[in-house]
Amino acid sequence: MSGRTGALGDAWARLPKRVRALALPVTVLLLVVLYPNYYQDVFNALGGGVTGQLAPTVPTMVVMCVYVIMALGLNVVVGYAGLLDLGYVAFYAAGAYIAGWFATLQFAPHKVHFLSVGVLPVLPGLHVNVWLLLIVGAVFATILGIIIGLPTLRLRGDYLAIVTLGFGEIIPQAVNNGDDWFGHNVTNGPNGLTPIDSLGFGVTIHKTFSFLPSSYRLEINSADYYYWTGVALVLFTLFCCIRLRDSRLGRAWVAIREDEIAAAAMGVPLMRTKTWAYAIGAFFGGAAGCFYAIFKSSTFPQDFSLNISIAVLCMVILGGMGNVWGVCLGGAVLAYLNYQGLEAVGNNLNHYAGTNLNIPQYTFGIFGIIIVAMMLIRPQGLIPTARRKIELEAGVEGGSLYDAAA
Amino acid sequence: MSDNGAALLEVEDVHTFYGTIEAVKGISITVHEGEVVTLIGANGAGKSTTLRSIQGINRPKTGRIVFKGQDIVGRRPHEIVKMGISQSPEGRRLFSRMSVRENLEMGAFQRSDKAGIQQDIDRVYELFPRLQERRMQKAGTLSGGEQQMCAIGRALMARPKLLMLDEPSLGLAPILVERIFEIVREINHQGTAILLVEQNALIALAVAKRGYVLETGRVVLHDTAQALRQNEQVRKAYLGEV
Repeated sequence: MSGRTGALGDAWARLPKRVRALALPVTVLLLVVLYPNYYQDVFNALGGGVTGQLAPTVPTMVVMCVYVIMALGLNVVVGYAGLLDLGYVAFYAAGAYIAGWFATLQFAPHKVHFLSVGVLPVLPGLHVNVWLLLIVGAVFATILGIIIGLPTLRLRGDYLAIVTLGFGEIIPQAVNNGDDWFGHNVTNGPNGLTPIDSLGFGVTIHKTFSFLPSSYRLEINSADYYYWTGVALVLFTLFCCIRLRDSRLGRAWVAIREDEIAAAAMGVPLMRTKTWAYAIGAFFGGAAGCFYAIFKSSTFPQDFSLNISIAVLCMVILGGMGNVWGVCLGGAVLAYLNYQGLEAVGNNLNHYAGTNLNIPQYTFGIFGIIIVAMMLIRPQGLIPTARRKIELEAGVEGGSLYDAAA
Repeated sequence: MSDNGAALLEVEDVHTFYGTIEAVKGISITVHEGEVVTLIGANGAGKSTTLRSIQGINRPKTGRIVFKGQDIVGRRPHEIVKMGISQSPEGRRLFSRMSVRENLEMGAFQRSDKAGIQQDIDRVYELFPRLQERRMQKAGTLSGGEQQMCAIGRALMARPKLLMLDEPSLGLAPILVERIFEIVREINHQGTAILLVEQNALIALAVAKRGYVLETGRVVLHDTAQALRQNEQVRKAYLGEV
């Protein structure tokens, strides 16, 4: 019996097992999906004004969705397959620039419209359907991942980390100098690409289903629509990650993470399996980048600094490597702190304690402290996987990745 | 050379390097169908490197390795597993965070016949009843002997034509060593050829039909197990006689 007592507890116990098992996920999902509807209540409940700033706004929630998707993607590479990737931001950039190229005025006076939604037909430039672009961005990032992965994944451990770090720097640099690639202005350099077309369902669908806006941008609560879209993408990513974890490929990743030589001796094709991890991680990174660029209607080279790679890695570590729920939590918490939480805390501090601190300035210092504290107090992450718990508690006998001579 | 059946595996003048260090300096060995062959020798003689070369984990610089009539040098380890060679590697190398059962399933990674895999898991449990008792336990928490059983069982799961065992006696109590070798014999009786690497020459020569003595990367002696047991040199160097 559970610890519950009384009539309520009995009634709960009498419910079918299925209902009880679904109760928590359904409740959480409802709370998440309905957030824009009760955000104002949370804001008021916190006392409004300065303290109300602690409640994440809907745009912050969109950013949190983006980072959760990225963290889940990186978790495939780092958490599942055990490949340390410090250049994950490259895929984020790839996705963002797909949106930038195919849904802006960048390539005016050329004019190509392809199933575009919510875009004036007279507008020059390339305007491809933005939903399609989410897929194209993800696929483009995947291809980039395979191109980067094939030569680099032969390396092990630290060496792989260093090379990916390099690629993570090369891509933003290349984009930054992309206003003059062999005489062509491809990326518009430091000025970035903007405005990017908004998501939307087009006039035809809007006429039949009036709750689907023709273009998010035209709605007063456009952030809400982006938020719901973001939640849908997170759910899709979660679904894929869970299915992958339990698949044959997922098992092969675990084997490689534990002992590469043994995995090879058991018949796991190393290169193929690792490249899959890298490519799938890149896929979600690309999708997140594309979605984020569309949300803020712009993309700049400065958006793709090393900091992002490190921050996403922190999310994975903080949440618990390999555990999708932990990674979701880690991604949401750190993204919240980064985009709103720390500033809100600082404002409250300044307001009530009379200090004069600029807390967001110390963001990465604070992240560093959080990570160090986590490593000391709870090294397995907020919600660890059973496997990693064993590893940290009991220690692991036998070969690690590095001792193999081959 | 020897009697029963065709050569299953022929290693011809293989040289394998770790960087610039030549660990295997021209080794030639033959394993026939259904035969137990042992490689004995001291630490650093090149025994494990020979197995790794056959498995494709270390690529030989020169030489030929012919398995079932095909040259397999340069093939990837997973292709070689699929062709029918699997090994219980040096130091066992179990997936310590996976359960015993998951480890066995990993051994069958290249196979997709679910019913056959289940059959072979049952067969491994039959050979090693201890593994069945511990099937849900994480491999890292097993005792040394159980780990060795798990490693051999895992290698069997590939349904190999040739099973390579690297030091199955290492670190085990004498009684367990005997038990393990009884099972090795039984596996062989069920039709699998075995290439056995051992430092414990006494027991290896008791199980094997033929043996190769390795020293610093070369085959220095090669004969039937019985003859090797009588050999003066071997008795002095490996069987502990004075």
